Amino acid sequence: MTRLNQKHTAIETAIALIPDGASIMVGGFGSPGTPFALLDELLAQGQKHLTVIKNDANEPDIGIGRLIRAGRIDRLITSHIGLNRTAIEAMNQGHLAVEMHPQGLLAEKIRCAGAGHYGFLTDIGLGTEIAQGRREIECDGRTWAIEPAIRADFALVHADLADAYGNLVYRGTAINFNPLMAMAADKVIAQAFRVEAPGTLPPETVHTPCAFINHIVQVDSATSEQGRRAHVV
Amino acid sequence: MSSDQERLLARAAREVLPGQIVNLGIGLPTRLFHYLPPDMDVLVHSENGVLGSQPVAHGAEPDLEMIDSGGAYIGTRPGASVFDSALSFAMIRRSRIDITFMGAFEVDQHGNLANWKIPGKFSPGIGGAMELAQKVDKLVVLCSHNDKHGNPKILKQCRLPLTALHCVSRIITDKAVMQVTKAGLEVVDIAEGLDVASLRAATDAELIIDETRLGRF
Repeated sequence: MTRLNQKHTAIETAIALIPDGASIMVGGFGSPGTPFALLDELLAQGQKHLTVIKNDANEPDIGIGRLIRAGRIDRLITSHIGLNRTAIEAMNQGHLAVEMHPQGLLAEKIRCAGAGHYGFLTDIGLGTEIAQGRREIECDGRTWAIEPAIRADFALVHADLADAYGNLVYRGTAINFNPLMAMAADKVIAQAFRVEAPGTLPPETVHTPCAFINHIVQVDSATSEQGRRAHVV
Repeated sequence: MSSDQERLLARAAREVLPGQIVNLGIGLPTRLFHYLPPDMDVLVHSENGVLGSQPVAHGAEPDLEMIDSGGAYIGTRPGASVFDSALSFAMIRRSRIDITFMGAFEVDQHGNLANWKIPGKFSPGIGGAMELAQKVDKLVVLCSHNDKHGNPKILKQCRLPLTALHCVSRIITDKAVMQVTKAGLEVVDIAEGLDVASLRAATDAELIIDETRLGRF
């Protein structure tokens, strides 16, 4: 475990910990909550043969979309890639192995790893195509599918606010998968728009306690502009 | 948007009752936002982690951290909350959402729904549709009655991979409002200007129609 007072890390140093072939959880649902600065540094450093676990594939020119386009991700575990045409083409041409899960099961599999469990039992998807290949058991007279947890070597998460110990506060719909992933990976690198001195965050406002965080990187809020889509209801 | 779609959405908005928690699926259902009376006390849920979303005020600058599950910028109304994805789906699986609206490729008279995959043509992933379809008590399908080639989408039996089995309560198309019952698909309302014979001709499913009780929309 990284010492409490040694977590504030330069972005280059934090990302350089990730080797080729690593499995990496990446927070975000669409753009909000995606750690764009950490992903751009990963692109710049050149790690390859990565397995990425993310709800979606961002869009072609941002976030993990850039890594997919550069051929750096071998395998993607996700729930929906409909907004990224490049990812769909890479999947159809066999350059990218894609494992799809219903979104709530993906979230729960990650939550379960973060809670230290093997997996959970569910009735979601029984009788449909996604049930193929799943193990099922009888409990109390009903059929349940076994859903193993999903862990990873690294998690890259985005918070709005942090302190130097690594306590995190998320904002708006940028919460999504971030607090789940922050608990489910062996090494967790968090980016935040602001990093305050310990004691600044009221304890009851902390979403992810610092015990789960290894490295905290301060990034410019302008990095989230990359994810901007001109799209209103 | 076509006048058929506007009529469909205006009819669909009547399914929402004051005080309900409502989920709006991607595509046409998202447009329902604009057909609910502005003073109606409902909370709109979006599975990416918000309860109480509303459209961004006209002319206002959107908050980049606030989107719905379709990727559109949203605002929040009084009483709103935001939460993580596991909690959002706990809310769905525990049936705390009163009603959800979804699109469909195919829906059948048994209430089966197919709206996520066309093998060999379209397979972007299922997103949150499976859990919403399986666990929300009232699922209303909003779709065109026929595809762009005129083929029926309301079938005796779905052919595409299912999103969930026996999950649909009601189907609202440009031509009819149909209730899924144990006896089959019961037509509640028929579109203004359409006769029963034309509706049957445009539908593969067997329809139960009592002309003395038929509404118009």
